[in-house]
Amino acid sequence: MGIQIDIEKCTGCETCVPVCPFGLIDIIDDKARIKVEGCNLCGACKDACAYEAIEIEQVLEQAPASDEYRGVWVFAEQRHGEIKGVAYELLSKGRELADTLKTELCAVCIGHNIKDVAGMGAYGADKIYLIDDPALAIQIEDPYVTELARLIREYKPEIVLAGATPFGRSFFPRVAARLHTGLTADCTGLDIDTEKRLLLQTRPTFGGNIMATIICLVKRPQMATVRPRTFKRSSSDTNHKAQIIKVDFNKESVTSKTRLLDFVADISEKVKLEDADIIVSGGRGLGKLENFQLIRDLAAALGAAVGSSRPPVDEGWISYPHQVGQTGKTVCPKLYFAIGISGAVQHLAGMQTADCIIAVNDDPDAPIFQVATYGIVGDLFKIVPMLTERLKKG
Amino acid sequence: MNIVVCLKQVPGTTEVKIDPKTNTLIRQGIKNIVNPFDTYALEEGVRLKERLGGKVTALSMGPTQAIEMLRDAISVGADDAVLLSDAAFAGSDTWATAYTLGKAVEKIKTCDLVICGRQTIDGDTGQVGPELAEMLDVPFISYVSKVEEIANGILRVRRMVEDGYETIEATPPAVITVVKEINTPRLPSLRGMTKAKSAQIPTWTAQDIGIEKDRAGLAGSATQVVKVFFPQREHHAEMLKGDPETQVNALVEKLREAKLV
Repeated sequence: MGIQIDIEKCTGCETCVPVCPFGLIDIIDDKARIKVEGCNLCGACKDACAYEAIEIEQVLEQAPASDEYRGVWVFAEQRHGEIKGVAYELLSKGRELADTLKTELCAVCIGHNIKDVAGMGAYGADKIYLIDDPALAIQIEDPYVTELARLIREYKPEIVLAGATPFGRSFFPRVAARLHTGLTADCTGLDIDTEKRLLLQTRPTFGGNIMATIICLVKRPQMATVRPRTFKRSSSDTNHKAQIIKVDFNKESVTSKTRLLDFVADISEKVKLEDADIIVSGGRGLGKLENFQLIRDLAAALGAAVGSSRPPVDEGWISYPHQVGQTGKTVCPKLYFAIGISGAVQHLAGMQTADCIIAVNDDPDAPIFQVATYGIVGDLFKIVPMLTERLKKG
Repeated sequence: MNIVVCLKQVPGTTEVKIDPKTNTLIRQGIKNIVNPFDTYALEEGVRLKERLGGKVTALSMGPTQAIEMLRDAISVGADDAVLLSDAAFAGSDTWATAYTLGKAVEKIKTCDLVICGRQTIDGDTGQVGPELAEMLDVPFISYVSKVEEIANGILRVRRMVEDGYETIEATPPAVITVVKEINTPRLPSLRGMTKAKSAQIPTWTAQDIGIEKDRAGLAGSATQVVKVFFPQREHHAEMLKGDPETQVNALVEKLREAKLV
């Protein structure tokens, strides 16, 4: 098991050395050596080796997954009684998966006095498991963990998806751990291997520079989180109705290990990037704090929200809530401007589903031009003010 | 107050570039660093120890080169450090990682609080903290921005949520993950650096923490990576050529045609 180098085949060519994301390969006595303790068997070195000297035993011979598990589930998160947008996006994707698997799509909704639960039927849900109880009016994680784990044990879905919201990212891993199954975070692609009936979970990794496809071979259910705005919400079909199945709340799950004492709403500046139709984002190319004003001016002329790639946030030119990308927000506006942004995969992961992308950069080879609809190679300090003026004139 | 802080050594990847010819990662010049989010976890552990007494143990799982990172942890105030390193850990997913860390925390024995960063910058999952809490069967609180009190069997923290903050209480031992708003990590002191230099940092193997081979690494993981690829993009933007004025005019025309502005 694991990774091995065939010393006979290895020529010591060093091709694999720079490829390892963790720098775990050294050439000793003209042969590659891997410090295997830190290796996660990603296979980058194997793909780079021209001599087929690197062997990875990837898929273990294990007992097949239990076929008791059927159905695709979406955890439909709500906050203060409002179902989140990501729930509809996941139902839209979940419908595709369920159709491919020829199985049912179910939503699970936990809370109190949740608005428009039945409306999820129009986005493809066949059934909605609803736990409604006054004790769930406050959103504390422990009962959610206990109750969702209980439902999964009882009804045995093969796939369970949740939004990678702050709440989802906090409580969903605990559900997975409690069920002794795997969980893949922040998937940007979900597909089905129909032959093996497996969920292929693709996500950016190593800071977003590489994509990895991950499977959960034996344990069930297969669980994944997806960031808001990664998948598009399908058009609603009001003729498609869901059956609502009310499940009693197990009050014992409130004997929580954690107690919520107080909630204080943040009423300071709200950055609603996720809801904006137009976003103007600036990147490292702006060079310094003062220059970020160019972005704000263009945004003002367009009535757009202001976004940013990671470097301006790290440099303190703009605050974190404006960050678009894998560690910031995922957005899907009608129009997205990437100004002075080279387009690291990590940023692309947060904006590439925008309908129309405009890139302005002085480097014609910048990866941003590979996802942009229209590209301008040039000096942003000339182009952006000119564009702002043109748009102001109307 | 005995505190375990989990640290991970990660490649400083935010600067990583892809070689456009070979479509592989250009790794030259990239140093391994401590996961930035973990530095806040360590600082908070050290501050709590300074306030309440006790001891801070820095814990990491990784290759032997991670020892240097653990030395740095001692130079900024950790009392002890332990490295979990074994070929058997290769290929661990978050679940196997959490299990392995959990077995190490159990071996450390007296532990009132485990502090982790909210996520790593390489894997970005944020899953190991909550999964570790489940492995240890203790309370879990994420996104902690302030530890208000930990005394008399009560842990009270402030945690950030999407639309504000919450005050939450739990009964320790507990696992918390912290956000960078919680503190400003200190620089190493001269005394700390001296201590770090001579510190004995044990390496524990799977056997040392009593992990059966089939629960560690790839064999103990529920998920496995089946394919790694560099994103291929065939599509190229329609480039707007000419001097800046021509480019801007062309763009405005395109946007108006599409009724986007």
